[in-house]
Amino acid sequence: MMQPPLWVGLNNYGTVLSSSLWWNDVFHTALITVISVAIELVLGMGLAIVMHRAIFGRGLIRTAALIPYGIVTVVAAFAWRFAWASSVGGFVPKALGLTYDPLDPTHPFTNYLVVILTEVWKTTPFMALLLLAGLTLVPEELLEAAKVDGATAWQRFWRITVPLIKPAILVALLFRTLDAFRIFDSVFIISNGNNPNIESVSVLGYNELLNRLNLGVGSAISVLIFLCVALIAFLFVKGFGTSLSQQRGE
Amino acid sequence: MTRRYFGWGSANFVVFVAAMFPVFWILMLSLKDPTTLGDGRLWPAKFSWENYKGIFQQSVFTDALRNSIFIALIATFIVVILASAAAYAIARLDFPGKTAILTAALAIAMFPPISIVGPLYNMWRNLGLFDTWLGLIIPYMTFTLPLAIYTLSAFFREIPWDLEQAAAVDGATPFQAFTKVIAPLAAPGVFTTAILVFIFAWNDFVFAVSLTSTPHAQTVPAAISQFPGASQFQQPTGSIAAASMVVTVPIVIMVLLFQRRIVAGLTAGAVKG
Repeated sequence: MMQPPLWVGLNNYGTVLSSSLWWNDVFHTALITVISVAIELVLGMGLAIVMHRAIFGRGLIRTAALIPYGIVTVVAAFAWRFAWASSVGGFVPKALGLTYDPLDPTHPFTNYLVVILTEVWKTTPFMALLLLAGLTLVPEELLEAAKVDGATAWQRFWRITVPLIKPAILVALLFRTLDAFRIFDSVFIISNGNNPNIESVSVLGYNELLNRLNLGVGSAISVLIFLCVALIAFLFVKGFGTSLSQQRGE
Repeated sequence: MTRRYFGWGSANFVVFVAAMFPVFWILMLSLKDPTTLGDGRLWPAKFSWENYKGIFQQSVFTDALRNSIFIALIATFIVVILASAAAYAIARLDFPGKTAILTAALAIAMFPPISIVGPLYNMWRNLGLFDTWLGLIIPYMTFTLPLAIYTLSAFFREIPWDLEQAAAVDGATPFQAFTKVIAPLAAPGVFTTAILVFIFAWNDFVFAVSLTSTPHAQTVPAAISQFPGASQFQQPTGSIAAASMVVTVPIVIMVLLFQRRIVAGLTAGAVKG
């Protein structure tokens, strides 16, 4: 059965890079990554501040926030899929009075919306915890001094807290961007593994390797995903290298 | 003052509802009577345990639950032992390439899992590791060891190692100094790392769905993604919801019991890596 391997040089890479499928999926993945990470940064900052400053109930909030972090991603994806899919009796379409099934493959916008909501719900706590680590390092006296000098809460946040926790923000962004670009579980579950409109690069790799058994093309995709992730990491380190090493106290 | 309480109270309330609502929804879904699953209601019209009874009668679920539990526990156990040894060396000894090890650890943790699925699939088929516990434990170790070493060395660096000498001066043997003084100080960090590794292994879907194919080694996330409906025309919604709740229980228990430790573990590497 096994054919002897045939040397094809970079042919597989040529096949992948010249196919619109790959570039479409890179676009889908980038779209999901950028939008989710941007929302997560804003919500995560809010959550971190609540976890850091709330005058009561901090333990409860931290515990509640850790549930989405710890929950199995497949479970989270099913929860959101079942809530939105009219076909299995989701309550959202009924509550919103939608006449179509939002998770039908012909409605890319709502499909993206559900994937992004799942991603944001699941990983905002992680973002928040990394930001919280930064917040705890901001000297209290500095904020007090600014308050005495008449700075508003908004000014204290933008002029003192944000510049001081910039390294933590960058680390959180780097971790989450790299993680989001590898998105697999939620896209796979929500799209049932076969909606070309929201297929991510990892799902494409999986489908080529294990469903279509195109080991050559699938492997080329795997390596390209790795190169994309390495490129993102490189750009972050190149762009914000000094802040990242400040974070480590060098 | 009342206004501040009210403000923080509302913030807490919003966070709590946002975090818990999807879990609440899947819980309600799992408690719906099978005949009312598709009614699009949030609150079940009729409560029943039928979905839970159903999944525990199917070996496809009970086998998967067994696999999930053992694979996650075994991987956690091995990783924690190996990572403790590595982190101990990194925290205590000065050797060339120490920073390189930590950097490499971080780089591996960022590696996209799908990138090694193809080669593993091929190798596991040839080596007979496809669809076995070991076939999943190995990739889980690949991805959690670096993270565990990273987190643990951050914890170990904080331990006041002088205490070891103090114990020796007081007449303790090196072994006693380790078991009576250092081990209790290191235990919280080790324990925290174990929780994080367990959550990773418990959570994994990419490897589980690619490297297993039968109840022999399939874990719950992979199994529920392939649950068949009771008939061709029936969606397996109820079974999936019930199975989802079952695998969420251990996570909820861990979070309730060890919230402080998990937060410490997740932030340990981030602040001073």
